[in-house]
Amino acid sequence: MDGSSSDLKEVVNESGIEIRPLYGPEDVEESGGIEFIGDPGSYPFTRGIHKEMYRKRPWTMRQYAGFGNPVDTNKRFKYLIENGQTGLNVAFDLATQTGLDSDNVLAEGEVGRVGMAIDSLRDMEIAFDGIDLEKITVSLTINGSAAILIGMYLAMAEKKGYDVSKLRGTAQNDILKEFVGRGTWIFPVEPSIKLVGDTIEYCAHNAPKYSPVSVCGYHIRESGCNPAEEIAYAFCIAKAYADEVKARGLDIDEFAGRLSYNLNIFGNLFEQVAKFRAGRGLWAKIIKEEYDAKDPRSMWLRMIAGGGGGGLTFEQPEVNIVRGAYYALISALSGTQTMALCSYDEAYTIPTEYSARISLRTMQLLMEETGLCDTVDPMAGSYYMETLTNQMRDKMEEIMTDVDVQGGVVEMIKKGELQAKVSGQAYQMQKDIDSGAFPKVGVNCYRVEEEEEHEVEFHPYNTKDAELQIESLKEIRASRDQVAVDKCLAQLKADAEAGKNVMPAIVEAVKAYVTVGEMTDTMVEIYGRYEEPIVF
Amino acid sequence: MTVANNSKVKILVGKPGLDGHDVGAKVVVRALMDAGFEVIYTGLRKTPSEIAQQALDEKVDVIGLSSLAGSHLPYCKKLKGLIDQYGLKEKLWLIGGCVPKKDHAELKKIGLDGIFPNGSKLEDIIVYIEKYAKMKEDA
Repeated sequence: MDGSSSDLKEVVNESGIEIRPLYGPEDVEESGGIEFIGDPGSYPFTRGIHKEMYRKRPWTMRQYAGFGNPVDTNKRFKYLIENGQTGLNVAFDLATQTGLDSDNVLAEGEVGRVGMAIDSLRDMEIAFDGIDLEKITVSLTINGSAAILIGMYLAMAEKKGYDVSKLRGTAQNDILKEFVGRGTWIFPVEPSIKLVGDTIEYCAHNAPKYSPVSVCGYHIRESGCNPAEEIAYAFCIAKAYADEVKARGLDIDEFAGRLSYNLNIFGNLFEQVAKFRAGRGLWAKIIKEEYDAKDPRSMWLRMIAGGGGGGLTFEQPEVNIVRGAYYALISALSGTQTMALCSYDEAYTIPTEYSARISLRTMQLLMEETGLCDTVDPMAGSYYMETLTNQMRDKMEEIMTDVDVQGGVVEMIKKGELQAKVSGQAYQMQKDIDSGAFPKVGVNCYRVEEEEEHEVEFHPYNTKDAELQIESLKEIRASRDQVAVDKCLAQLKADAEAGKNVMPAIVEAVKAYVTVGEMTDTMVEIYGRYEEPIVF
Repeated sequence: MTVANNSKVKILVGKPGLDGHDVGAKVVVRALMDAGFEVIYTGLRKTPSEIAQQALDEKVDVIGLSSLAGSHLPYCKKLKGLIDQYGLKEKLWLIGGCVPKKDHAELKKIGLDGIFPNGSKLEDIIVYIEKYAKMKEDA
């Protein structure tokens, strides 16, 4: 259908697809038809990975939370669960994320600030005290030190009497994206990929229901890439992990079903929904055709799709509540398994109880009042949506081919090329926002001059909590069996040196109350530390 | 000031502490480069002594920090001691990022010259540096 009209302004979405004023059946045909759409619950899963989706089980709500010491965090977890949250998404402080103990000089002023401090198994035990790990699934937002924290989580669950072979849960554990955005790397690129492989392999054998990796397009999008690139880069990264594990002799169906995704939502509603639909079909195709998977579960793109901080504004922060509601709507229309929202005060502080509850209520309101759970993939059949879904899939494939041509995602990251590309795009976006070419309400249009800051309540940082954490760490060090600790660290070092899977040694060390910092330092002796390429 | 003059101004853009949010820092680096300044980016996770040492070694005119994870006050207090110790007091000292208004007075007291919280325009930072860089040194 020719919906073009010469006096209309040209519209191109962020992914670079030209948007027409009107779509009809011919546009769907021209873009590739509906062959790749199929039905929900069957290949290629474009319309959703489950046949009945939310009609059978609504999305899990999993707000990111954690601060101070494990006692504080345990209280916040219980508050969120009492308020109807159905999963936990654990925030760790930057010391824990970068493999430092709380008493390390580099951790000064950072302990418990943006997440919970964890030094040893004892902290993990306190953090999850009184929480039913069968009813509440737990997602650990941890990357550089993920192998250690996964080991700690599994050991904690075992100690509390859970059968680890049946335990569900997720770790973020996507180190490649940390080199592009977010920045909590520790080891160089190659050993970092090896460690991700170790966790996938270990979980496949010992904790087969646990999802050891959640591949994140989210943070690369936050760092400046467009929505089509977000999915394409995430798939390239997921393939790098899958290749690592396949090379160890595991069959794709032994682990692909436990890979999941963490994806971002902000910007154009239709582009986002099409992005998720297209991504589901493309991932299924890649796993089936390139990796020869037989189990349909291996082909599922399972995801947490959350409202991203990148879309929220510092200006007029209360308007972010409305933005968040639209992001949640997009997430529901996209058939996500799990939903999370950055709270309205994201640009200021980590969420207070109040702002976290508003986010939770936003998702609950969608679930209870708007009919979004009644019908699977309600956007299907729209000429525009089906055309855009086909076009977004083509775009993603193009980008993935381009990455291959440039030597693959691992090489691009090692050289700093992907980082430079993405930050160049972030710069362009900032210029477009500054100039008004890319509208942001309250920022470059509909501004309030003389903004007042009093609308935002700050989450307080309590230095007392950090002191208590350091005291508790010293107590642990003094009371544990030092002979066992030394033996565990020697084993970890030997296994790392021999190129073996280090997870068994980590789990043993965790049980002997060896700390995050001690294990990290031992691995650094063998693997070295990452040095960031500075490329512009 | 023209771009030709800007090329005589050397700026260190640093990422203090463990914070890994580097989008803003890299955007600012690119904007300053486009404005003609000579810019050095430190990369992530720099300690106060690493920042001070690099500022000294590179003989920069401006020290800019980008902080988004809330540890700006304790960090700047530590850096202040080193800035004095290394004789860098006359350098223009800036900070940007997630730096709430309630902390601005204290940052100024510590010795920060310019504060550019989230929502600042790139142009504001450029104009500020064009106006004030070297002024402290010349004074």
